[in-house]
Amino acid sequence: MTVPVSITVNGQRYDREVEPRLLLVHFLREVVGSTGTKVGCDTSQCGACTVLMDGVSLKSCTALAVQADGAEVTTIEGLADGDALHPLQDAFWEKHGLQCGFCTPGMIMASHELLRVTPDPSDAQIRHGLEGNMCRCTGYQNIVRAVRQAAGTTAGQP
Amino acid sequence: MSTRIFGSGIRRREDPRLITGSATYTDDLTLPRMVHAAMLRSPHAHARITAIDTSKAAAAPGVIAVYTHADTEGGLQPAPCAWLLPDSDLKIASYHCLAKDVVRFAGDIVAVVVAESRYQAEDALELIDVGYEPLPAVTDPEAAAAEGAPKLHDEIDGNQAFHWKVAGGDVDAAFAGADVVVKDRIVQQRLIPNAMEPRAALASFVGATGELTVWNTTQNPHIVRFLTSLVLGLSEDKIRVIAPEVGGGFGSKIAAYPADFLTMFCSRKLNRPVKWTETRSENYQSTTHGRDHVQHVELAAKNDGTVLGLRCTVHAGMGAYLSTAAPGIPTILHGLMLSGVYTLPAVHEDVYGVYTNGVPVEAYRGAGRPEATFMLERMMDVLAARLDMDPADVRRKNMIPKFDDGHEVVTTLKYDSGDYPGALDKVLSHADYAGLRAKQKAGPANGTYTGLGLATYVEICGLGPSQVAGAIGFQGGLWESAIVRFHPSGKVHVFIGASPHGQGEETTFAQIVGSELGVDPQDVKVFHGDTDNTPMGWGTYGSRTTAVGGAALALTARKIRDKAKVIAAHLLEAAVEDMDYEDGKFFVKGAPDQSKTIGDIALMANVAWNMPEGVEAGLEASTFYDPPNFTFPFGAHLAVVEVDAETGAVALKRYVALDDCGPQINPVIVEGQVHGGVVQGVGQALWEEAVYDEGGQLVTGSMLDYALPRADLLPDIEVLSTVTPSPHHPLGVKGIGEAGTIASTAAVYNAVMDALRPLGVTSVRMPLTPERVWQAIQDARQAKG
Repeated sequence: MTVPVSITVNGQRYDREVEPRLLLVHFLREVVGSTGTKVGCDTSQCGACTVLMDGVSLKSCTALAVQADGAEVTTIEGLADGDALHPLQDAFWEKHGLQCGFCTPGMIMASHELLRVTPDPSDAQIRHGLEGNMCRCTGYQNIVRAVRQAAGTTAGQP
Repeated sequence: MSTRIFGSGIRRREDPRLITGSATYTDDLTLPRMVHAAMLRSPHAHARITAIDTSKAAAAPGVIAVYTHADTEGGLQPAPCAWLLPDSDLKIASYHCLAKDVVRFAGDIVAVVVAESRYQAEDALELIDVGYEPLPAVTDPEAAAAEGAPKLHDEIDGNQAFHWKVAGGDVDAAFAGADVVVKDRIVQQRLIPNAMEPRAALASFVGATGELTVWNTTQNPHIVRFLTSLVLGLSEDKIRVIAPEVGGGFGSKIAAYPADFLTMFCSRKLNRPVKWTETRSENYQSTTHGRDHVQHVELAAKNDGTVLGLRCTVHAGMGAYLSTAAPGIPTILHGLMLSGVYTLPAVHEDVYGVYTNGVPVEAYRGAGRPEATFMLERMMDVLAARLDMDPADVRRKNMIPKFDDGHEVVTTLKYDSGDYPGALDKVLSHADYAGLRAKQKAGPANGTYTGLGLATYVEICGLGPSQVAGAIGFQGGLWESAIVRFHPSGKVHVFIGASPHGQGEETTFAQIVGSELGVDPQDVKVFHGDTDNTPMGWGTYGSRTTAVGGAALALTARKIRDKAKVIAAHLLEAAVEDMDYEDGKFFVKGAPDQSKTIGDIALMANVAWNMPEGVEAGLEASTFYDPPNFTFPFGAHLAVVEVDAETGAVALKRYVALDDCGPQINPVIVEGQVHGGVVQGVGQALWEEAVYDEGGQLVTGSMLDYALPRADLLPDIEVLSTVTPSPHHPLGVKGIGEAGTIASTAAVYNAVMDALRPLGVTSVRMPLTPERVWQAIQDARQAKG
């Protein structure tokens, strides 16, 4: 059995027939072919799959594609403005906020949410805000620096 | 060398693709006609397979094939163990890619399903009927070695995979002449590496050519190719292994795994591309784990704190089978490091590698050295407590004095260079150790006890001279390679045999070329991780990529410079010996205005219109660098913790890390390595443990249950360094990838024990969870009465 969905991903609308059980993250990766969003676990702990749905962050492994029907989804691929990096992307680069890069798409999208809700966070607020995203490489310190640098810019704006 | 490029914290060259979602990891790949594999794994830790019925699965929607062990006979050899530890009575049990008759850990693969989609393949797994006759299981290494323990492999008595020894000096005399002997039983708990990218393989066999291409989440594609040729019976020239973007490894992507070989086998059988990607749960129950030592340690000393000897017995859990490099980890990389930064007159260690009904244990960040460092550093603190000395004083008393060109220790290793007292002193003064101690003496505030923990360390990196590799049973070489190719435009391509997977060598290697040849690092592109397009190399582990591969690259760049100088002399109509070089410019001595840039030379060498006689066209060189010795980075770390005696909760308040990896090519990248390494070691001390229940079920089977370090649990780490070049490395560099992990577990553990000392607690099993700490406090109170 399949059901129709209409999901806009990074500005492009996708009208597709999907199994009701299809996870949003698999819709993004396998149906849309937008593989920037990662799958790092199967219990919604790691946050590698974090995207924005209608501007609000969501672990896309916790949602079904059908739940995103009619929604606008933004993934890491949709964050930059053409060739101009989003301030968060630039800050992660500048502050060495990534190593292997696998958690990075989710970490940047979660940071986007953090700054949307708390535009000028303290370090403690950043650390608390990112506790749902796992990184095994950086020890988080440079991620905190990156988010702090991006804060105060337009980082949290859609 | 240009100091502007070497030593500069430039932004990483690899990041633009990573921060935009443009990078391609193995699971991101799709090929035409590609199908998906899923593995049926044993739910039992130990059981006999009485029957397998795959008929329902084979008939399920989308299913293309289902294979069990019988289907692989003749087409698939067992996954090899490639470190044949000598003089150890090594007994290697066959690690069949699909279990044959018996499963030996919960996660052992019983069947593989190939289907049109991943969902269909996973659905079909549930339709396979397997009859199991459960057998008794054992997962603790000491229990597995005990008389009467369940036997894993019929042909191997006592579950003993090997018995390895290291001995030096007269340890019996040391203990006989000691004023004081301190002892401890240390459990280096089993850990799960948790690279954020799960493991995956995409195999594409083309029947018409007989060629197999494999994209694989590996730290060492050339080794995977080599082992694939053995397991699948294909010659190496028909196999291409590509490590695309790889999302961390920490040792867990060294091994060549049954699931990888099965994916290749399926592709060969079906003549179409097959992809397999593990789930995180699957990762926990099948991708290699780390550590798992039970150590009985005794340290002999004089009353003034002078250490006389170390005696220890280690039972190292190896899991159900020996993983690719496993036998060398708790032995060569552990036992040979038992002198640490100290003058240790005598040592004796017995290491028993023991088969257990758990996931195979492999290298995990630090790989043997953290287990050695912890043992020594813990005993230093136990000794200090016994003698009522300050832990810093006991360390200083026994430290090897500064040396810059070789120091041989009792385990026969020759350290390259070090200044251990200098490292310790710098940390103590930075942290105001004396002040912290004075504050601590004031006593606990509101039931909160402060503790200070030190760990000083030296590690063995830059693995290593190939002659030594052969002598210690490593079934390969340990050299590295580099090719440098100048294009007519002066832009550079570099090809290396090592395989970085997050460490940043695309940047640091561009900096090496930049500094040696005066080109902009932005104009240097580094290629790695493809056996068809890079020279042979042995991979990225043991902090060896820069220590060995970086040397290969520096020497290659110098060959280019030598050739360029000859061409420049010709173009400037000067004698070669009259030529000088600085920052990418070749000029006649004393006449810097008359010069040729490396770009000019690259153009001329490529068009070759006017070359010196006898000089070949092109500007390209290569080096296969076999190091004369290992490198020995070192450092000193200090942790400050607060323990709430009412709840047992530990808070890490401060962490100071000093690491000396020699000259730093990119200090920002070095600092990042230290941060990540330290946090992984803190995780072991405070939170992480792979727990098996009595039946051999992995209780910590998901990220819900296995406590990974989180952002909100950590302070900022204060990173310091000293610079002691390696005398035998062309750039003096030593390696930094594992340093943090090697020191931090001991530093944090010692800090917590220091805090608990007034309460009478002397030992707590790691990880130091609030429950364990609280219980230890209660037990100590009871014991006191």
